[in-house]
Amino acid sequence: MSAPTLPDLSGHFGRYGGRFVPEALVRALDELDAAYRTAKTDPEFQAQFKDLLLNYAGTPSLLYRAERLSARLGAEILLKREDLNHTGAHKVRNVLGQALLAKRMGKPRVIAETGAGQHGVASATAAALLDLECVVYMGETDTERQALNVARMRMLGATVVPVTNGSRTLKDALNEALRDWVASVDTTHYLLGTAAGPHPFPEIVRDFVGGIGIEARQQCLDQLGRLPDAVAACVGGGSNAIGIFHAFVPDESVQLYGFEAGGDGVATGRHAASITGGSSGVLHGARTYVLQDEDGQTVESHSISAGLDYPGVGPEHAWLHDTGRAEYEPVTDAEAMAAFQLLCRTEGIIPAIESAHALAGAARIVPALREELGRTPTIVVNLSGRGDKDVHTAGAYFGILDPVETLVPGENS
Amino acid sequence: MSIAEIFAKARAEERALLIGCMPAGFPTVDDSIESMIAMHEAGCDVIEVELPYSDPVMDGPVIQKASDIALGRGVRTRDTLRIIEAVAGAGATVVLMTYWNPIEKYGVNAFARDLAAAGATGMITPDLIPDEAAEWIAASDEHRIDRTFLVSPSSTDERIAMTVAQCRGFVYATALMGVTGARTSVSSQAPDLVERVRHANPDMPVGVGLGVGNGAQAAEVAGFADGVIVGSALIRCVLDAPDRATGLSRLRALSAELAEGVRNPAK
Ligand SMILES: Cc1ncc(COP(=O)(O)O)c(C=O)c1O
Repeated sequence: MSAPTLPDLSGHFGRYGGRFVPEALVRALDELDAAYRTAKTDPEFQAQFKDLLLNYAGTPSLLYRAERLSARLGAEILLKREDLNHTGAHKVRNVLGQALLAKRMGKPRVIAETGAGQHGVASATAAALLDLECVVYMGETDTERQALNVARMRMLGATVVPVTNGSRTLKDALNEALRDWVASVDTTHYLLGTAAGPHPFPEIVRDFVGGIGIEARQQCLDQLGRLPDAVAACVGGGSNAIGIFHAFVPDESVQLYGFEAGGDGVATGRHAASITGGSSGVLHGARTYVLQDEDGQTVESHSISAGLDYPGVGPEHAWLHDTGRAEYEPVTDAEAMAAFQLLCRTEGIIPAIESAHALAGAARIVPALREELGRTPTIVVNLSGRGDKDVHTAGAYFGILDPVETLVPGENS
Repeated sequence: MSIAEIFAKARAEERALLIGCMPAGFPTVDDSIESMIAMHEAGCDVIEVELPYSDPVMDGPVIQKASDIALGRGVRTRDTLRIIEAVAGAGATVVLMTYWNPIEKYGVNAFARDLAAAGATGMITPDLIPDEAAEWIAASDEHRIDRTFLVSPSSTDERIAMTVAQCRGFVYATALMGVTGARTSVSSQAPDLVERVRHANPDMPVGVGLGVGNGAQAAEVAGFADGVIVGSALIRCVLDAPDRATGLSRLRALSAELAEGVRNPAK
């Protein structure tokens, strides 16, 4: 039951995953699965993907030893700098892989859902590079929260469709993308943005972003001569987390920590912590942990981070949770923003608010790890993205959007 | 009457069945019961009650909106069961259409039991394919609920055969690649799909849905299918009406027009 052999052929991770989709999509999923199986073992495809990652996306990303942050947290903190990738997040790995796959399947059009706009921007980027038509569905609420990313997508030639159904956020954008796909499968690849959804998406996305963990593991061996004690990542749909976890799953000495968006706190009900604050159910094509009410209706999620504001999670995380291989904990908006500020001030790195959840969680586990190991723990934190897109949210949160002359020198330091 | 019996009766009369869909609790629980009974009286042979769900990925804007209204008013799964009981009690043959998560949350076996007790004869599952349905197949066998899975123009012949083999009562053929909602013309893919189902099992009744909105289209579909499934066009009668009385009379009129259509199948 070691993780690398999962999912099984029908896409299950234990009882999670699978395909809970309209029959109309089964053929497209089967075709995608078949195309992926051949691409996986095709040296030409792998060479193309590798070339784009290396020469276009700027990976392998650095594994950076954050000295000042380490000193503050009392642990050796290594940051996996996915924020330095082209488009500013881990997401570029997934979109390049899937866009190449779309080309290979002869599909001239890709559609995508986006929350923060990061996956939308990444999709629009890959579509421009590989000459594909691109339509991005985005909840209307998010198009307002992330107006700059809407402009970016348009600059790259994508069409952005604001979704006005339901809660007007990521989950509704995903519904709308699925509806588009039901009607357009012949010409269209659904470029799903996270390691969730129906089989084979969780597996494909995991594999395309899996370089994060493969690189980080090797970088640890090269730089430290050993493996880290723990790996920490934020969990929205779960792609950056599974991307960094996967290579470490067989390494039993390495503890895996996923940090979900705790919003105002899980107890308040205003959060996006599907595993720690939800229950088993079916959403968007897979059985997994879901935020739902007593009747199985999806409950709206809440997070300061648009990229984590999703009421479900990829099925492999549900499985890693139930088997105990990975630990999942919620991190509140306030904890994440404190970590956000700490990284800015100690390392001169403005992280994505999503990634700040991983930092806050890493800071929290230090004392227990130190006690357990009897020494300073080494923790790899996946810095999944950069914070440029979040400057407005963070600026408002910290109250620093006022005109410059009204700022008192020394304030906020 | 069981689904199989009314399909057999319609076949003997050389006509198709009219299956009319309405979300439970839209716009209120009592109004939805009244709407469904009106549809039954005006000629719908089967009432398809749709359980409102927050994320209906197979549905177009009309059903989404009606479901949102019902959910916004707080309709619960147990209200849907109560509605089914009332409509079945008025003499209608009732099937439930539901996305899977509410059933999984209720408890699959318990739901099959309570659905049967409420008087429904069958259940349509738009996002549950037979591949994932082991628990549902066992529960529906135990409580004698007819199972309707969907087939689509994109389904391979092997999948059609596999799916039809797991259906009992009738199979739902989605006439076009797309979501629910009335269209101006009937999809040209529909007759071909029905033909492929017949090839897999000539005895399995086929209901065709997605896109039918008026009597002429109902007659056209009745020319090649056993059942004509209409949702969005009926719901719109209520959704777009200035008041409840107008909505009900439009609903009766459209039901009657569609009922007339299925009795005059196109040759
Ligand atoms: C920088 C960054 N990190 C994390 C996420 C969350 O997604 P996932 O859990 O799939 O990595 C997002 C999503 O937009 C993101 O932009």
